[in-house]
Amino acid sequence: MARDLTPLFEPRGVVVTGVSSHPGKFGFVTLHNLLSCGYQGEVFAVGRPDPEGGATIILNCPVLASVDALPEGAAELLVVCTPVSANEQIIRTAAERGVRAVFVAAGGYSEASEEGAAAETRLVALANELDLVLAGPNGQGITSPPVGLCAQIVAPFPPRGRIGVASQSGNFVSAFQNYAAQTGIGISRSVSAGNAAATSIADYVEWFADDPETDVGLCYVEGLTDGRDFFERVRAITPRMPVVVVKGGATTGGQRAAASHTGSLASDDRVFDGMARQAGMVRATTIEAAFEAAATLATQPLPGGSGVVVLTTAGGWGVVTADAITTHRDLTLTTLPDDLLTAVDAMLPPRWSRNNPVDLAGGETRETIPELLDMVAGHPGVDSVVQLGLGIQGNTAALTRSGPFHPDHGLERIVDFHERQERRYAEAAADASTTHGKPVLVASELAVTQPDNPMVAAVRGTDRLCYPSADRAVAALGHLVRYASWRRARA
Amino acid sequence: MTTLSEADSRTLVAEAGVIVSRWATADTADNAAVVAEEMGFPVVVKLCGEAIAHKTERGLVRLSLTSADDVRAAATDLLGAATESDGDVELLVSTMVRGDRELIAGLVRDPQFGPCVMLGVGGVLAEAVADVAFRLAPLERLDAHELIDDLGSQTLLGPFRGQPAVDRDALADTLCALGDLAGDPAIASIDLNPLIVVEGQPMAVDALVERT
Repeated sequence: MARDLTPLFEPRGVVVTGVSSHPGKFGFVTLHNLLSCGYQGEVFAVGRPDPEGGATIILNCPVLASVDALPEGAAELLVVCTPVSANEQIIRTAAERGVRAVFVAAGGYSEASEEGAAAETRLVALANELDLVLAGPNGQGITSPPVGLCAQIVAPFPPRGRIGVASQSGNFVSAFQNYAAQTGIGISRSVSAGNAAATSIADYVEWFADDPETDVGLCYVEGLTDGRDFFERVRAITPRMPVVVVKGGATTGGQRAAASHTGSLASDDRVFDGMARQAGMVRATTIEAAFEAAATLATQPLPGGSGVVVLTTAGGWGVVTADAITTHRDLTLTTLPDDLLTAVDAMLPPRWSRNNPVDLAGGETRETIPELLDMVAGHPGVDSVVQLGLGIQGNTAALTRSGPFHPDHGLERIVDFHERQERRYAEAAADASTTHGKPVLVASELAVTQPDNPMVAAVRGTDRLCYPSADRAVAALGHLVRYASWRRARA
Repeated sequence: MTTLSEADSRTLVAEAGVIVSRWATADTADNAAVVAEEMGFPVVVKLCGEAIAHKTERGLVRLSLTSADDVRAAATDLLGAATESDGDVELLVSTMVRGDRELIAGLVRDPQFGPCVMLGVGGVLAEAVADVAFRLAPLERLDAHELIDDLGSQTLLGPFRGQPAVDRDALADTLCALGDLAGDPAIASIDLNPLIVVEGQPMAVDALVERT
C-alpha cells in the first residue's frame, strides 16, 4: 500500500518557517513562491518577531512568532527553512496544530556531518512517532501545479502537465521544470527528495502511480540504499504507469566476488541496466533524453509494434532518420505496404521516393501533408510516424514579414497562407495520432532555433513535443516502443 | 571465499537443471584411462579440487585426448602438477565438446540489488568483448528470454557456420536454473564458463561455484 502523500502535494494550507525580511533567504523565497503561483489555500509565515514589538508583515503576510500561533487545522504542510537545532520542536508543535506533512528544505543533516546524521535519525523517528509524511531534509522543495503549489526555494514554477518528478538532485528537478517551461509539456508534481531520509524515490513514484494527475513518473536516482526494494516496487508500477529513470553516480557497491568471471563483469551500470529493463523502467542516459522520453510517454499513444514510417518534405532529413531507425535495436523501418504505396503514388508527382522514408521531394500541394499524415497513420501496417521538414513555410513567412516590403506587394496574403499551413500541419499530426491511436512525432531544429515558428508554436498548442532533431525523436520513440513491447509481453 | 571443486560444482548446477557435458572423476591415472574409454574419445582431463579455481591459467586442463595412453600420460602429469596448497585433488574426465560458439553464464550477488543472473559472449575474449547482460534472480521465463535478447551479438545466436540457431528455450532453462540457485544462501557466485553451443544446444563444459 503506497504511503499517502496527499498532504504533501495537495495540502489544505501551508506554513513556512524561517521567514525573514531578507529577500535572498530561503524562507522568504519560499513564501514568495507560495504566494505567487496561484495556490488557493491559506499560507502562513513563521519568523522572528519584530524587535520593536510591532506586527511584522512580509509580502503582505503577517509573520507569526511561532508555530504555536498557527490556527488549529489551518495548515497541513509545513515547509521548514529553519536551522537543524530548532526543527524538532517546530515539527512537534506543528503536528499538534494539525500539520500532516513536513518538507525539510534546511540542510545540515546527514549530508553535512555526523551530528547532522544523528539529527536526521531523530527527525525520522519523530515523523514516525507523529505519523507525519517527512520529505527531505536538504531538498529544494515541492511543486504541484494542479493546485498552484510552489513550495520551493528555487524557480521556475512549471506548467501543469502529466509528468510526476522525483529526484535525488534538486538541480535536476529544476532542469526538468526548465524543459517543461520550454516545451510546454508540463508537470503534475515535482519533489526534490533531498536526503530522502523517510520518503524515498520509490515512495513518491508509488504515489504518482495512483495519482489521477500523473501519467508518467520521471526520476533521478543516485546511491539507492535498498536497490532490491526499488526494483520490486517500481516493477509493480510499470504495468500501469511508465517510469523514466536516470541514474547518476559511478561505483556504489562494495567488493564483489573476485574469483568469478561473472563477478568481474558485474559492473554497477550493467546490473542497473538489467534491473531497469526487467522492471520495465525506461532508462535514459541524460537528463535531456529522460525528459524527452517522459514527455513522449505523456503525450503520445503507445505503439502496437516497432515499425516506423518517416514522412519528409525533402531529402537529407529522411535519409539520416532512416539510418537512425535502422541502427536502433528497438525500431524497424517499415517497408511500405503495396496498397499504401499505391495510395501515396496517387497523391504525388512521380518524383517522390516511392519508399520509406516517404520523401515528397517538394511535390506537395496545400492538402498533401494533412492527407498523407492521416492516410499513413491510419494504415494497419504502420505503428508509428515521424514527420520531418515542416516549418519551412513559417521560416519564409518570418523573413518576409520582417522585411521592408511586407505587407505590400501581395506579401501579407502569402505570409498568412504560409503560417496557416504550418498550423494545419501541426494539427494534422496531432489529429492523425489521436484518431488512429499511434505515435506521430514532429521533429525540427526550429523547435530550438526559432521557437516562435508557427509550426513549432502549433505543435506546442496541440500539447505535444516538437522534437529538436530527428535523432532525438527517434531516441524518444525507441523508448516508447521498448516500453510498449515490455508491457504487451506482460499483458 | 571458498570454491567447490569442478565435480561438486557440476553436480550442483546439473541438479538444478543446467545441461553439462558428460563427465566422471577418477582417483588415479589408470582409472582416468578406464573412464575415458567408457566415455569414448576425444576427452578432456582436468585436475579437480576445492582449491583449484583457475585451471586454465595453471595449465591444469588437457584437451582433445584421443587414446587411453594419452589420457594416462596427461593424468599422471596433472597429478604431478598438484601442489600442497591444492589440498585433495582428483581427476575429472569429460567428453571433449566442440562448437564454434561459446557463451558465459553465471550468478553473482550484487551489493545493491542482490542475486543477478548474467549471460554473455564467452571464450577467452569474454571480458574484453564484455557483451553481457544481467537480470535479477529469480527469473521468470520471459525475463530469461529478454536477457538473451539483450546481447548485442544476436547474429551469433542465429544460424551460424552451418550450425542451427541457439535453442533459446534451452538457454532460458539454464538461466532460470541459475536464478533458482540464488535461493541457496550458501552460494556466493556461479560461473558456467564456457557454455559451448553444440548443434544449437548450450552445454556447460566447466562450472565453478563459489561459497559464501
